Amino acid sequence: MLQVEKLTKTYPSEDGQQTVLRNVSLALAAGESLALTGESGSGKSTLLTLVAGLDQPDQGAIRFQNHDLTQMDDAGRADLRRGEIGVIFQQFNLIPSLDVAANIAFHARLAERADAAWCAALATRLGLEAHLARYPEQLSGGQQQRVAIARTLAARPKLVLADEPTGNLDEDSSDTVLDLLMSGVRETGAALLMVTHSLRQADKLDRRLHLSHGQVSG
Amino acid sequence: MKRAAFSALISHWRKHPIQLVSLLLGLALATALWSGVQAINAEARASYDRAAGVLGQDELQRLEPRAGTISLAQYVAIRRAGWLASPVMDGAINLNGTRARLIGIDPLSTPPQSSPVDLSGDGDLQAFVLDGLLFAHPETAAQIPATLPPVRVTDTLTPGLIITDLSTASDLLQTDSFARLILAPQQSVNLRPLSELAPDLLLIAPEEGNDIARLTDSFHLNLTAFGLLSFGVGLFIVHAAIGLAFEQRRPLFRTLRALGLRKSTLLTLLATELFALAVIAGTLGVALGYLVAAALLPDVAATLRGLYGAQVSGALTLNPAWWLSGLAIALLGTAVAGAQSLWRTANLPILAPAQPRAWAIASLKSLKRQALVGAGLIALSAVLAGYGSGLTTGFVLLGCLLVGAALTLPLFLHVALNFASKFSHTALSDWTLADTRQQVPGLSLALMALLLAMAANIGVGTMVSSFRVTFTGWLDQRLAAQLYVTARDQAEATDLARLLDGEVDALLPIRYIEAQIEGAPGQIYGIIDDITYRENWPLLAAQPDVWNRLAAGDGALVNEQLALREGLDPGDPVTLGTAQFTVLGVYSDYGNPRGEAIVSLDQLGAKGAPIQGFNFALRLPETRVDEVTNLLTTAGLPARNIRDQAAIKAFSLDVFERTFTVTGALNVLTLGVAALALLTSLLTLSTMRLPQLAPVWAMGLTRAKLARLELLRAIILAALTALIALPVGLALAWVLLAIVNVEAFGWRLPMTLFPSDWIGLFIAALIAAALSAAWPARRLATRPAADLIKVFAHER
Ligand SMILES: Nc1ncnc2c1ncn2[C@@H]1O[C@H](COP(=O)(O)OP(=O)(O)OP(=O)(O)O)[C@@H](O)[C@H]1O
Ligand SMILES: [Mg+2]
Repeated sequence: MLQVEKLTKTYPSEDGQQTVLRNVSLALAAGESLALTGESGSGKSTLLTLVAGLDQPDQGAIRFQNHDLTQMDDAGRADLRRGEIGVIFQQFNLIPSLDVAANIAFHARLAERADAAWCAALATRLGLEAHLARYPEQLSGGQQQRVAIARTLAARPKLVLADEPTGNLDEDSSDTVLDLLMSGVRETGAALLMVTHSLRQADKLDRRLHLSHGQVSG
Repeated sequence: MKRAAFSALISHWRKHPIQLVSLLLGLALATALWSGVQAINAEARASYDRAAGVLGQDELQRLEPRAGTISLAQYVAIRRAGWLASPVMDGAINLNGTRARLIGIDPLSTPPQSSPVDLSGDGDLQAFVLDGLLFAHPETAAQIPATLPPVRVTDTLTPGLIITDLSTASDLLQTDSFARLILAPQQSVNLRPLSELAPDLLLIAPEEGNDIARLTDSFHLNLTAFGLLSFGVGLFIVHAAIGLAFEQRRPLFRTLRALGLRKSTLLTLLATELFALAVIAGTLGVALGYLVAAALLPDVAATLRGLYGAQVSGALTLNPAWWLSGLAIALLGTAVAGAQSLWRTANLPILAPAQPRAWAIASLKSLKRQALVGAGLIALSAVLAGYGSGLTTGFVLLGCLLVGAALTLPLFLHVALNFASKFSHTALSDWTLADTRQQVPGLSLALMALLLAMAANIGVGTMVSSFRVTFTGWLDQRLAAQLYVTARDQAEATDLARLLDGEVDALLPIRYIEAQIEGAPGQIYGIIDDITYRENWPLLAAQPDVWNRLAAGDGALVNEQLALREGLDPGDPVTLGTAQFTVLGVYSDYGNPRGEAIVSLDQLGAKGAPIQGFNFALRLPETRVDEVTNLLTTAGLPARNIRDQAAIKAFSLDVFERTFTVTGALNVLTLGVAALALLTSLLTLSTMRLPQLAPVWAMGLTRAKLARLELLRAIILAALTALIALPVGLALAWVLLAIVNVEAFGWRLPMTLFPSDWIGLFIAALIAAALSAAWPARRLATRPAADLIKVFAHER
């Protein structure tokens, strides 16, 4: 379903160009989950944003459901994100001006597949039903991440991209949140690409890919 | 430590140049508009003082020739008879292409109160007589060629006037006869009457000294009020810019404090920074203000001349006091605008959270508090409208109304957006409205400025247009006669009446005397009964059968100014001169600052006071106007004593238009300042708004689409603001028409509404909002994706 081929990305830096990703390839089947690990600065987040179509690579192709993201314009990639891809970052995922309930339903409504019952079920499953009328900054970090997960799952995307979704949380809540994410993803049949620093977490996913200095190793 | 801390604080401006520019520009504009108006006022006052010197001549009785000049022999005859008379030469000379008026006086015989120049210094008199000194205003002096006698510069004379000794004047004007003789107030008794001595000379009565400064006070107050409004609008920008700069530097304050900087030191550094900014912007503003004043002064001068006969120089002189006061107001404005931010910083807990939404929630409470204060102010203005009196009260009322409305605006916007979201059914419109609501606190100052500017625009526009409609209608009605002729004395009046008999359809004699009316100087007119008055005179209120009763000598008509000032209604008694009359009616008399009354001609004659004016209104077919004019001039009447209807109308309308050119210009400037406030606020907010936008972008909205929504948001806010500006503007118009004008000028005008003007302004406001949002929106549309991605990666 997702094929990333020979992706290269450079950023301009003080001393010329800095190559962050070099000939990175990977593949992901529908319903499969893949953990992306690597030391800090190895290019994990960069890879994720490219797959999400948030930015464009310098070379290579990203094929998702027969589309090549690198050949699409900004609007086309935005459409794809709106309809098929859910992205969860480490923090600041939520829309500060909307309350929890509206945040959860937001992506699904954008994708025009809002389902009130499904949203309510997700809220309950993620333990958010008491906080539906609150605003993001009135929630703890873990609660905020659970809202972000609920929002992503509510939209029923084909691909979920998560960049250290539990990076800001302590070990216990981190495990809870990840379990909730995994079971949700499994239930909706979505594929999952997740960046993580924790090998323990990586082991819970189907496969693991290690990035080192912008290259895949093992 | 201090130096390091200060440079850390200042580095903020390097990173946020737009904020710096908007702060400086806002303050400079505010100072400019304020000090420009002050400069105009100061220049006008200086001109009044100068004018008082020359007008002194008109305050004495004088003899003028019926035609031509007064010969030396005639003057000698009058002096020999024992009359204390001082000769005056008066003519025009050419100074390199421009004309100046040259007046020659005899310093020895001129009555002291009428001397236009001060010769009391040592040797002054000698120099004046022997060297043939020319006295002139600096402006005029600069044009006098070196071939003429030496010049002494004095700013007590009006520009365009040169005063010199008789012998010099005689040389320059190449004449040895006089334009007039000024009579000393004290004369010996039992002199041979002048009518025998010099039957061909006219004895002109002294003119009532109208105190120009008093008359023009209201005009200047109006200007000052406008200057203050513009200053206030400008301060909104300054306040917003300072507020943002402080808000954004909170983490820095925290760090500095954590590193051991004392709170008092921090506050001192911040105050020093504000002081420096105020000095820079103030200097800039005063310079700009000079330009504004120089641009507006010619129109102001024309207005003052037309409306009050006051001569005001069209050129601006600079004085240091004005520079200093401009700087002072800039400092004061900065202090006012920065006080809140400094106070907040002083009370900031070191570890205060800086979350945007928390800020919004906290400010919903403060929005309500603000709106409550605003409602209180509006209520106060209503009370003042009902019970207050006086011009100052009028302006206080205006202030309360405008500030009150501005304070309620944010809550109104909040509620309106809440209401609108009830009808929103898509995720996008939900979010757009919620997000707009969240932006309200950040934009509220700029929107308040927009509200004030728009309300002022509607208010002043409605006033001016109402005035224009009323005034032109009134002119058409009142100027029913085709020609207005002024005879210079009784004898000439009799001659003219004989001459015109049979030449015109109606010959309406109008006489007037200067007299005390209810204790203040005014004019009483005497008219004959005629259909012209019955059909055309603009009566505002009258008793039944008013014209018959006026003709029968049953009472008097009074003008609106007098009626309002003295609280007169038809049927009330009024004291004209020494006699009591009944008020039969009240007529509108726009453009006249003084009280005036009309009685029948017979009664005016019976009053025994010397008649000052011998006027005729002539009704005749339009086609014969030139012919009759020729007839009159051939008979020896100077052309300036004959005025036709069209000329008077054109003149009056011109005065009218110029009066409001200044207000119009200030109006446009104020609107411009408001648009600038919106632009700078949107620009500064645009960087802070990325966290709001990034999640939505990640969920599949393009930057272009987000930018279009930003544009839409600004337009929605401007439209809502315009919605509330309309009632506020109409209330403002009502206050101006029904309270301020009545107090300032003495007339009340019916309010006329011009919805098409509102639509124009509404569209202008939307365009202004769109334009000010266009730049930040463009920046968003072309923003690198990395900027938005950073939102998720960075600790905030
Ligand atoms: N917008 C940018 N401009 C320039 N360089 C960038 C930009 N974004 C990332 N980089 C650089 O690219 C490299 C990879 O960054 P990336 O965020 O992908 O690393 P990461 O593997 O996600 O690290 P971490 O585990 O710390 O999140 C880093 O060296 C970073 O400095
Ligand atoms: Mg990362």
